[in-house]
Amino acid sequence: MNIALITESIATLLGGVVLTLELTILSLLIGFVLSVPLAFLRASRSPWLSWPVLAYTYVFRGTPLLVQLFLIYYGLGQLAVVRESVLWLLFRDPFYCALLAFSLNSAAYTIEVFRGGIQSVPPGLVEAAQAIGLSPTKIRLRIVFPLAFRTVLPSYANEVVGMIKASSLASTVTLLEITGLARKLVSETFAPYEVFVAAGAIYLALTFLASRLFNLIELHLAGVPPDKARRPWLLKLRQAR
Amino acid sequence: MGGFQEQFLRGLETTVLVAAISGAFGMLVGLAGAAAKLSRFRALRMIADAYTTIVRGVPELLVILLVYFGGTTALTALVGSYVEVSALWAGVFSLTVVFGAYATEIFRGAIQAIPRGQTEAALSIGLAPWQTWLLVILPQMARIALPALCNLWISLLKDTSLISIVGLSDIMRIAVVGAGSMRDPLTFYLAASALYLMLTSVSLLTFRLVERRLLAPVH
Repeated sequence: MNIALITESIATLLGGVVLTLELTILSLLIGFVLSVPLAFLRASRSPWLSWPVLAYTYVFRGTPLLVQLFLIYYGLGQLAVVRESVLWLLFRDPFYCALLAFSLNSAAYTIEVFRGGIQSVPPGLVEAAQAIGLSPTKIRLRIVFPLAFRTVLPSYANEVVGMIKASSLASTVTLLEITGLARKLVSETFAPYEVFVAAGAIYLALTFLASRLFNLIELHLAGVPPDKARRPWLLKLRQAR
Repeated sequence: MGGFQEQFLRGLETTVLVAAISGAFGMLVGLAGAAAKLSRFRALRMIADAYTTIVRGVPELLVILLVYFGGTTALTALVGSYVEVSALWAGVFSLTVVFGAYATEIFRGAIQAIPRGQTEAALSIGLAPWQTWLLVILPQMARIALPALCNLWISLLKDTSLISIVGLSDIMRIAVVGAGSMRDPLTFYLAASALYLMLTSVSLLTFRLVERRLLAPVH
């Protein structure tokens, strides 16, 4: 193992961090926006509303992300409808294919996370909101969702970390994010240990920062003042592991 | 699909085989890891902590690439001539390491969920520590750990598809080869999806049945 080569590799691979973060953050944002309304449908008591969403989450959580990515990247172009529409300008590009696959996949997991949270909100709170005359939409967005989100924040944090790691699959459709750059670098230097260890170190730093950020958000939402939060944060982090 | 049905069947076998071997070894690693995390010895705890923190913070694909290409380089250096690690064993090794890290956390949590009184009671009626573990702790722990293990097993099944990137002839690899040679990616990747969905569905149903059998009184 050559330490100098590792540091050198880290310097090169840092060039891929932007693309990794771009893919991760955009997929999480799109996944989040899709999953909030769908989680409410999924939590609904009516099977007509809940089952179609269940079918979606079941299929996307029951098949590998790699298959979903290849299905979109290689398969979409086979459909004349896609190839002859404006969408083709987007899905010719591996970046948008990866983004679509990651967003749909992330949405499926996030829906189930949020559904759990929505169902854990005590009905009394909803009844109280109804009693003071809030509209159903307002109840969902201002009462139920914020409470649900706080409850499931640790699970959502896991989903975020999972997305950072999953973004490495983008390297299989020619994108040069961290893993893609690492594979390219290995084929040039023939030093797989050093390069992949360097890539691992970068991912570790990213996932560590993400879980730390969510710990802070969790404490903030729990109403812990920042000066007191400093020590309990360390404790919490240990417990979370 | 031009004779690819049979190949898919063989791919299915490989996928299940790799997942089953990695899952079995991974359970052993998980038990050892949980024992280390709960051990009296600081050094063991630190090693186990480092193991789970590092492996769980790094993409599975990267672990596979490191083991496959790194293993080949190491063996070549060791033997003196070019030796390639088989994709199957590199994959099994990588997924064992990954599964083991998550299983460590699951088992540690499950063991900690068992009231201390259970251990004390077992020791007070004269069971040796190993009997306490085998007869009192493990059976109760298994019940608590089961739902999380089911999720982990399903992730493992899906993660086996990543080994196709280093050339394992699993379901995914057959789909890639078929999609290329028949120029019909849609059909082949949909077929692969269906096979994976079947595997995860069968797993879910099996775990449900086992769970109902054991019917944990907790939560």
